[in-house]
Amino acid sequence: MGSIEDFRSEAHDWIEANLPSELRVGNRKDLPKELLGAWIQAMASRGWVAPEWPTEYGGGGLDRSHAAALRAELKAFRAPVVGGFGTQMLGPTLLELGTDAQKEEFLPGICKHETKWCQGYSEPGAGSDLASLQTRAVLEGDEYVITGQKIWTTGADRADWIFCLVRTDPEAPKHEGISFILFPMDQPGVEVSPLRLIDGSEDFSQVFFNGARAKASHVIGPVNGGWTVAKRLLQHERTTDGGSEGGITGAQKETYADVVKREVGFDNGVLADPVLRQRLASQEQEAAALSLTMRRAREEARAGQTARDIGSLGKYRWANMVKGEQDLAMLALGAHGLGWEGPGFEDTQLERTRAWLSTRSDSIWGGTNEVQLNVIAKRVLHIPE
Amino acid sequence: MGLILSDDQLILRDMARSFCEEKSPVERMRTLRDNQDETGFTRALWKEMAELGWVGIPFPEDLGGSDMGYGELGVVLAECGRVLAPEPFLSTVLLGGNAILLGGQESLQKELLPGVCSGDRLLALAFQEHGRFSPYHVETRAVATGSEFRVSGEKLFVLDGHVADQIVTVVRSSGEAGDREGLTLLVIDSGAPGVTVQRTTMMDGRNAARVSFNETPVDAGRLLGEVGHGADVLDPVFDRATVALCAEMFGSFEEAFERTLEYLKTREQFGVKIGSFQALRHRIAHMFGELEFARSVLLDAQTSIDEGRDDVAECASAVKARCSDVASLIGAEAVQMHGGIGMTDEEETGLFFKRLKAAEFTLGDAVYHRNRYAGLRGY
Repeated sequence: MGSIEDFRSEAHDWIEANLPSELRVGNRKDLPKELLGAWIQAMASRGWVAPEWPTEYGGGGLDRSHAAALRAELKAFRAPVVGGFGTQMLGPTLLELGTDAQKEEFLPGICKHETKWCQGYSEPGAGSDLASLQTRAVLEGDEYVITGQKIWTTGADRADWIFCLVRTDPEAPKHEGISFILFPMDQPGVEVSPLRLIDGSEDFSQVFFNGARAKASHVIGPVNGGWTVAKRLLQHERTTDGGSEGGITGAQKETYADVVKREVGFDNGVLADPVLRQRLASQEQEAAALSLTMRRAREEARAGQTARDIGSLGKYRWANMVKGEQDLAMLALGAHGLGWEGPGFEDTQLERTRAWLSTRSDSIWGGTNEVQLNVIAKRVLHIPE
Repeated sequence: MGLILSDDQLILRDMARSFCEEKSPVERMRTLRDNQDETGFTRALWKEMAELGWVGIPFPEDLGGSDMGYGELGVVLAECGRVLAPEPFLSTVLLGGNAILLGGQESLQKELLPGVCSGDRLLALAFQEHGRFSPYHVETRAVATGSEFRVSGEKLFVLDGHVADQIVTVVRSSGEAGDREGLTLLVIDSGAPGVTVQRTTMMDGRNAARVSFNETPVDAGRLLGEVGHGADVLDPVFDRATVALCAEMFGSFEEAFERTLEYLKTREQFGVKIGSFQALRHRIAHMFGELEFARSVLLDAQTSIDEGRDDVAECASAVKARCSDVASLIGAEAVQMHGGIGMTDEEETGLFFKRLKAAEFTLGDAVYHRNRYAGLRGY
């Protein structure tokens, strides 16, 4: 692999040539579909949808530092982030725990961004206590027949496949009777019913299984050994979130700090409200500290120093930080932050309302704050229960 | 680099840890306090630290120093913080010593700093005139007459002021209290005419004094920096001292955290370990997060000095704001989680609690440093 500088400059030129200006606006929902499709195809052709995966599965074969250079270039161009459950969560888990046949079957589809995945974890009766899940899978010949219900399934209405936790041994202790299985969504036994959330979005669904079928060869890891696989995947999820930066959420064009400064105003060069000034400084310091802590964890791992697992800590602090940023923007906006839709409000104000509502879930999904603190107490601090 | 300890720093840490555990258990600090020891620390121990090269860490070799960085100094200070060692790093090395290093003429540096590095000379910096830290709020006046200044005024919270050989004093030569312009730094012998030093007994057992000046004559050759532009020296001195103080604080609250964690694992009530109660588990898990974030921000601030980055001031305020908050949280939770025993003088938790509170207010609390950070960031 060539030098980082050469690679970064090559990546820069390639992005410059392939990324249309209409797409250089960050992750927005209203991006022109055809342009976006072409961009994803171009990225897939270089293996850059999954830059660190092996080239034999369609990945980019880059090492960590080259991949970081690529991400930095993409970010500098404000390129839309290509990826999802397949690249961020299932892929890394398959690379680690899947058989060769499973990797060959599923990884290329993720790298080409052809197969969209969704995550079947939570159930109405299994939220924080995920291991109490009840969806049943019964072996019939070389297929499992699946009955039950999942909830909070992001993108279930668009997904081609689901990775799903199912109970394969109802007699075993709750952690030991679970399997991790993959199956297609487009089949008679699967029904998707979207859920409307407090921010008005309908990205989540309830999914009902009534005799859905999965190949027995599509169990990842050992049968009844799915809990280990599930936890490994959640670690990938937490790494992803803790590592990302706050500030601009989704489609927002201005940061929470921009909003505070504009709405509060200045008095002799100093933010006019001393309390909001304190809170803005706290938020900025928290964002810097989170990013430094994540960097330190990577440096410790690279240097082979005993690194404590800070995945749960990162998720916990990240969630609080993101919520705090939106809280602060809302405080500064006052009534301008209360609009729901229609005339009388600017788009940026309406987006801010929705963002504030939507970020309430950051301390809930992927393990609530309380669950993360439990994990830290038990696994990091080793306090007996 | 800089967010993890180098191999050399790890060796230094292990050395400092066994040195402090062997020669300076927390009990030593208590004995000094209870005996109302005249010095308030142990001169022989300070001399040993100097011989190990620790006292001279931030000074160049031609001045007798060991020319290392704030990364190394932080490692040593954190270990001192773990055992609450009251040796005069802050007063002599970081405040007084740095003021002479950053503002003094070569002749003055050569006269005073080798003695600092060898552990023989003690310094103090007299800056504070009000309860809350407010570095430009200086009313102590210096009037220039011919080749000398006449200094009059009163300073409080002069760390180690009662034993200092020289007191670097922040005086006003023009303007009004609160102005950044018009400050001047003078090196004043503690035995000079008109100098009165009154030792004050502090909550944390550390040394501080009220120092008053009455028409004290100071030779113009004892000037640091330029007349009226003392803040140009003072600001970077405070930044460095603040980062180093945070390293000491970090050691103290890391130790308080670890002792509290151990207590949760051993103390039993209602027939179970109290660490099994979720009300306590969540709080100590949160404290762990605060500790880890403080560690990252501290390492970054030390690196900013050692690499000569242009964001030292921002980093210094970010780390002091954070360490002040974390000191307050962990100090209070350590006492609370220890319960009644935590309120006794016999148990050592209270010693950490009181030192952390004093350090929180030294060189600016969290509110001060968030305001300063905001100003540096353009709001």
